[in-house]
Amino acid sequence: MTDPAHIRNFAIIAHIDHGKSTLADRMIQHCGGLADREMREQVLDSMDIERERGITVKAQTVRLAYTARDGRRYQLNLMDTPGHVDFTYEVSRSLAACEGSVLLVDSSQGVEAQTLANVYQALDADHEIVIALNKTDLPAAEPARVARQIEDVIGLDPSGALLVSGKTGDGVVELLETIVEKLPPPEGDRDAPLKALLVDSWYDPYLGVVILVRVNDGSLVKGQRVRMMAARTEHTVEQVGVFTPKRADAGRLGAGEVGFITAGIKEVADTLIGDTITDAKRPTPRPLPGFEPSKPVVFSGLFPADTADYGRLRESLARLHLNDAGFAFEPETSAALGFGFRCGFLGLLHLEIVQERLEREFNLELVTTAPSVVYDVHLTDGGTLQLHNPADLPDPVRIDRIKEPWIGATIMAPDEYLGGVLKLCEDRRGQQTDLTYSGRRAVVAYRLPLNEVVFDFHDRLKSVSRGYASFDYRIDGYLEGDLVKMSILVNGEPVDALSIVVHRSNAESRGRTMCEKLKELIPRQLFKVPIQAVIGGKVIARETIPALRKDVLSKCYGGDVTRKRKLLEKQKAGKKRMRRFGRVEIPQEAFIEVLRADARHV
Amino acid sequence: MPVSAAEPGSGRRKGPAAATDPGFAVYVHWPFCASKCPYCDFNSHVRDAIDQERWRRALVADLENALDAAPVGIVRPVASVFFGGGTPSLMAPETVDGVLGALARRGLVDGDAEVTLEANPSSAEAGRFADYRAAGVNRLSIGVQALDDEALRVLGRAHGVAEAVDAVSAAREAFDRVSFDLIYARAGQTPRSWRDELERALAPCPTHVSLYQLTIERGTRFHAAHARGELALPGEDDAAAMYEETAARCRAAGLEAYEVSNFAAPGEECRHNLVYWRSGDWLGVGPGAHGRLGQGEGRTATRRWRSPEKWLEAVEKAGSGLEARETLDVPTRAAEALMMGLRLVEGVSAERFERMAGRTLEEYVGTERLRRLVRGGFLETSRTGARTTLRGRMVLNAVLGELLSRES
Repeated sequence: MTDPAHIRNFAIIAHIDHGKSTLADRMIQHCGGLADREMREQVLDSMDIERERGITVKAQTVRLAYTARDGRRYQLNLMDTPGHVDFTYEVSRSLAACEGSVLLVDSSQGVEAQTLANVYQALDADHEIVIALNKTDLPAAEPARVARQIEDVIGLDPSGALLVSGKTGDGVVELLETIVEKLPPPEGDRDAPLKALLVDSWYDPYLGVVILVRVNDGSLVKGQRVRMMAARTEHTVEQVGVFTPKRADAGRLGAGEVGFITAGIKEVADTLIGDTITDAKRPTPRPLPGFEPSKPVVFSGLFPADTADYGRLRESLARLHLNDAGFAFEPETSAALGFGFRCGFLGLLHLEIVQERLEREFNLELVTTAPSVVYDVHLTDGGTLQLHNPADLPDPVRIDRIKEPWIGATIMAPDEYLGGVLKLCEDRRGQQTDLTYSGRRAVVAYRLPLNEVVFDFHDRLKSVSRGYASFDYRIDGYLEGDLVKMSILVNGEPVDALSIVVHRSNAESRGRTMCEKLKELIPRQLFKVPIQAVIGGKVIARETIPALRKDVLSKCYGGDVTRKRKLLEKQKAGKKRMRRFGRVEIPQEAFIEVLRADARHV
Repeated sequence: MPVSAAEPGSGRRKGPAAATDPGFAVYVHWPFCASKCPYCDFNSHVRDAIDQERWRRALVADLENALDAAPVGIVRPVASVFFGGGTPSLMAPETVDGVLGALARRGLVDGDAEVTLEANPSSAEAGRFADYRAAGVNRLSIGVQALDDEALRVLGRAHGVAEAVDAVSAAREAFDRVSFDLIYARAGQTPRSWRDELERALAPCPTHVSLYQLTIERGTRFHAAHARGELALPGEDDAAAMYEETAARCRAAGLEAYEVSNFAAPGEECRHNLVYWRSGDWLGVGPGAHGRLGQGEGRTATRRWRSPEKWLEAVEKAGSGLEARETLDVPTRAAEALMMGLRLVEGVSAERFERMAGRTLEEYVGTERLRRLVRGGFLETSRTGARTTLRGRMVLNAVLGELLSRES
């Protein structure tokens, strides 16, 4: 065990693409964690999706052995935090395991919204912050401008900012030295009862669930009987180790140290991020503060595009869930789309990641219904209901009021795009809370209803700012809203998968767009097909698909009859995927296309 | 009700029992063309040299074999013999003579039989019309396809408008019964330009015309071009307008629609094709030809080798070009009876459908489904049968889809 005085635990806060992983690689290399031949690009991001998208989904740690200029050997624990807004809680727990942060900003790009949000989180966690300006080797680097921006926008003193280049390795030693000098060592009583933070966990096919821990008091040893205080479970510690970044046995983790344990746990869902691990025989009287049970905020229906894939989808969701307790799923049946699952996610990006992993790793083709937030529905009988699926909204006469989640959003954009950004936020029922400038970059804070953000907001923001705006948010309470359920009727019958809860002021335009899309995508039928958007019993938009007038069956003689009959049989086989609405049958593909178009926001 | 009373082309020959006999016919396939048209997916091939004599012998042998192999009671005097292709007007007239001779020797062909040959309207072929006439052909079906030189070029036809018009005149001198084909809803065509073209086509007062909406078939050059978006075909509404225009203009010229794409003066309907559409019995001989033999239970389908070389080899070695024979089950017989019968204005007779399906149409399709189509104005039903309305024929694919979509 290392003396806490010689330990430094730190996180790196950076925007996507600002070079966090590359800088970490250089630090690992300098401290001899890996031989040169073992280095590969971005050691920390182990999932394909993490490498490709530059998003860290799981927290990781690397223990570095750094010999400082004072001649002492320090144990540096680099905490790589999940890098996205959807994982705010997970990030807060990773930060809670550290005493300081390195704020890494690309000196050719400047501060982005995500950086800002994470710095605030680090400040909330009482972190000491070291500022490093990265990519100083680039010709476009403007460290002076970016330093000024850090002062203007974040309010940090940039005078001690270090200039580094993850690419060339310049400034890396200076940075390590500054971490040792400036960041405080962890505090903790190694003789007190065990008190350790469960930072994150993941599933390893050989080891079972691997738990990342930060020991605050006491120590963790192999064979120890431990208790998870929030989960109310007990386990026997099987392995105690650290990552260098290779997995190494440590035998024991003492106060102030970061590492991992395994304890014969089979499912990630049995380990709660932020839980306190204590000794079962000599428990700590008080758990660590800040634990929150994970709660999905965005829900969406996931259906296999091919109904035959339902079983495979179920197995794939179960397998993903082994390693990602943040999403929830339960079976859902839709008249339009068949059998699928209602899934809850920590946010939109989380939804995208799960969807992409299902498609990529499990080779499934999916149909995703419009994402919905969780509404608090207050009923006239005094009861309340947490609504995950718009199709389940009770009859309006039973509803007293509906509350919806709001967010606090921070958007940063070059000032020439500010007009478009403000208009977008206003259109989405936003309330401006702040507007500041740093040079030619504007920082806007808005309160927005989350349901306006899950629909199309990111894409609109990208398009009004030509991709230059960055966006971050945190959930900020529930407020009553004038919300209504809009249903889409095809030939007079509701299409469950297309129901949405929407603010009354936006209902008509959403309804009109949906009807127009359906009209475009549903092939003409023998009978004309009315498509209506309705609220309660009231039609707010309507289109009609005209009846089919002419199809082509021009010739059929003695030699063609077999072939034409086979064509008809194929047509008939296709009908198995038709959904009947009164006297017309609509191909399932039409609904799939509408949902896809909706997801693309055309 | 439309069905049965005076089924053109079959009833007049025999006594009352024959009134419901859809007839017996022979189809002979000539698989060669001078060039392949980009819209055509028929079994046609371009070959440098064709041994006419060898082909004549093989076709006659295949026919003899088919007659011998037919189930008892099927073979009877033919209502029709049809030489189709390919381009049968590239065939030596002796082949017609050979085929008709073989039938005549068995007493299967008499002066009433309709003998049709398909022909291209080139001057070279027009020069042989008299020889075909002499060999026994009494009806000519000419592939004019368009009365517009540019359109003919796009369709890959070797002839021009003037040549086609001359060929039709020559045919009318040589034969009592002449029909010609046109294709409409071509790329760039409008309802108005089609109407003008149709007017010109109908001016010489033909007694039979086949007017086809252009279909894009898989495996053709047009299919590839269409998939690449290079073929801007008229939209559905224009196609519908052209179809309605077609029926109206033909009627004004004394030609009634009797099938989706066929129009005739009274009594001039193509008897051969009526055998198909009424689910009659027919032998199909020559490469890729299909046959249907027997009514109801035990109806069989025959198929001959599609490749000309493969077929020729089979005939010369085994005496027959037959590739496969299968007995058709109830769903297949029912589907074919509806697919074919509902193309006809007269419709499908209740008696015929029951013979094929073993059940009434209502039992087979389901009362509710049938009623929906009747109420929608696509179908008319009575005790004697069912038929499509004009509106129903315009969307026949969809109507058939509805009728045949029951799970069985």
